[in-house]
Amino acid sequence: MMTRNAKVGLLLLAPAAVLLVAFTFYPTVATLIDSFYSTPRGRRPSEFIGADHFRTMMADPIFRIAMINNMIYAAVIIPGSMGLALAMALLVNARIGGRALVRLAFFTPTILPMIAVANIWMFFYAPDYGLIDQFLGLFGMGGNNWLGQPGTALWALIVITIWKLAGFFMIFYLAALQQIPPSLIEAATLEGASPSQRLRRVILPLLMPTTLFILINAVIEAFRLVDHVIALTRGGPNNSTQLLLHYIYQVAFSYWDTGYAAALSVALLLVLALIALVQFGVLDKRIHYR
Amino acid sequence: MKHLSLKLIALNLTAWTLAALWILPLVYAVWTAVHPPEYAATFDLFAPLTLDNFVRVWNSVPFDRYFINTVMLVLFVVISQFIVCTLAAYAFAVFPFRGSEWLFMAVLVQMMVMPEVLLVRNYATISSMGLVDTIPAIALPYLASAFGIFLFRQAFKSVPKELDEAARMEGAGPMQVLWRVYVPLAKPTYLAYGLVMVAYHWNNFLWPLIITNSVTTRPITVGLQVFSTVEQGIDWPTITAATLLSVAPLLIAFLIFQRQFVQSFMRSGIR
Repeated sequence: MMTRNAKVGLLLLAPAAVLLVAFTFYPTVATLIDSFYSTPRGRRPSEFIGADHFRTMMADPIFRIAMINNMIYAAVIIPGSMGLALAMALLVNARIGGRALVRLAFFTPTILPMIAVANIWMFFYAPDYGLIDQFLGLFGMGGNNWLGQPGTALWALIVITIWKLAGFFMIFYLAALQQIPPSLIEAATLEGASPSQRLRRVILPLLMPTTLFILINAVIEAFRLVDHVIALTRGGPNNSTQLLLHYIYQVAFSYWDTGYAAALSVALLLVLALIALVQFGVLDKRIHYR
Repeated sequence: MKHLSLKLIALNLTAWTLAALWILPLVYAVWTAVHPPEYAATFDLFAPLTLDNFVRVWNSVPFDRYFINTVMLVLFVVISQFIVCTLAAYAFAVFPFRGSEWLFMAVLVQMMVMPEVLLVRNYATISSMGLVDTIPAIALPYLASAFGIFLFRQAFKSVPKELDEAARMEGAGPMQVLWRVYVPLAKPTYLAYGLVMVAYHWNNFLWPLIITNSVTTRPITVGLQVFSTVEQGIDWPTITAATLLSVAPLLIAFLIFQRQFVQSFMRSGIR
């Protein structure tokens, strides 16, 4: 016999459950199954091919580059945007002039679509007449094709992403900073703690739950955000800005190889699952909940 | 004291330099969009102002249609998310039963396994439902938002039990209690979540790009992409004018409501 709570609860959960099954759980399982089948082409239906797609993937140099690029992208963007966000929040929370304006400036990129942001930055990066090259040209260092050279293209995209994300994460840190009781900071000051000690011993530990929340968001964005890749480089030059999700998108919707795209999606799902395990297993224990 | 004020000057300088860097791209876009093409890369303070770029863009692309599509999409997503997530969060917060903690963990999976990762399979699902190139198709994968369920559950959990019991004593059923007690008290959370989601779906690009293929459904971000194709030859004033047009409604709304926007964040308990 079901309890009353279970009856009401399950009824309330029904709409969310249907949607989650249809667009999260079923597609996850189906993607896994699809990855063992060939792509149907013309009259030839898809057939079971075992781990063929995964063997192809292991030998696929573009997959390797996309994986390495995405790891670099994530490894720079996550700490970069989070560190800047914390610094911005501390600055805006300090007694500086025109706080509202500074906060507004930091936050504005958040509400601009990445695709619009990419359009604007395209001009910054343009060789010779772009803003950055004009500035460097003053020192005789112009003539750089930031988005067109394999050595700099990924970094150019990383700068855009950090610029876009830092202000969004700042708001969460700012909200958390303003919740810290002033008495705690005063007590630490009375005990003779220097500003840097107050930051390390009092403020940062109290911000840990916020940090975890932002970290999850930063990880998600590092693997989800490829709008600017599509708008600016399409993975080039020479695959130097190829990221996992962008490669999946290309394989599925430019080459229409849905079987191989499913196998690539499985690889991305595995990466995300691994990160989730590390986050909840290792980091969760080190958080001081209030 | 002298030491302290020096530090304050340094703080101010850092803050203002960073702020200037952060606002520079937008300022630059405005500069280029209101000047004739000859001035795109030269910064002459006395360059003639013009609105021709905006007029040209507005006439060359069905922007009005894209705006209508985007507004319909955002309204559809946010209203549906409010309903679906409120009901689920209410179940988790107020009607716990054996196994409901496990179901909640299952919901949280959607945070990491976001719709973008599953876009190949979701495209197949949507197309078998015959919904390709419709506005509900853009919205469907996002409606059961784990983020929303998580936030509303937090908000509902902080509602004092006495209020819930008092309402029940007066004979209110579960839905009446939800509507009269829980939802009003969670208002800041609804506002903050709603604002984040409006911005998210106004700006969303990859999934709409894949699932739409006609002017009558495409949102503004997908429409904007036409301008950034390098093959056409780059016309900066046109690109920046189009870009500004596409972000204008959201940007203006944000500038007007920015105080409420930030404060709703502070009060919502998202931290």
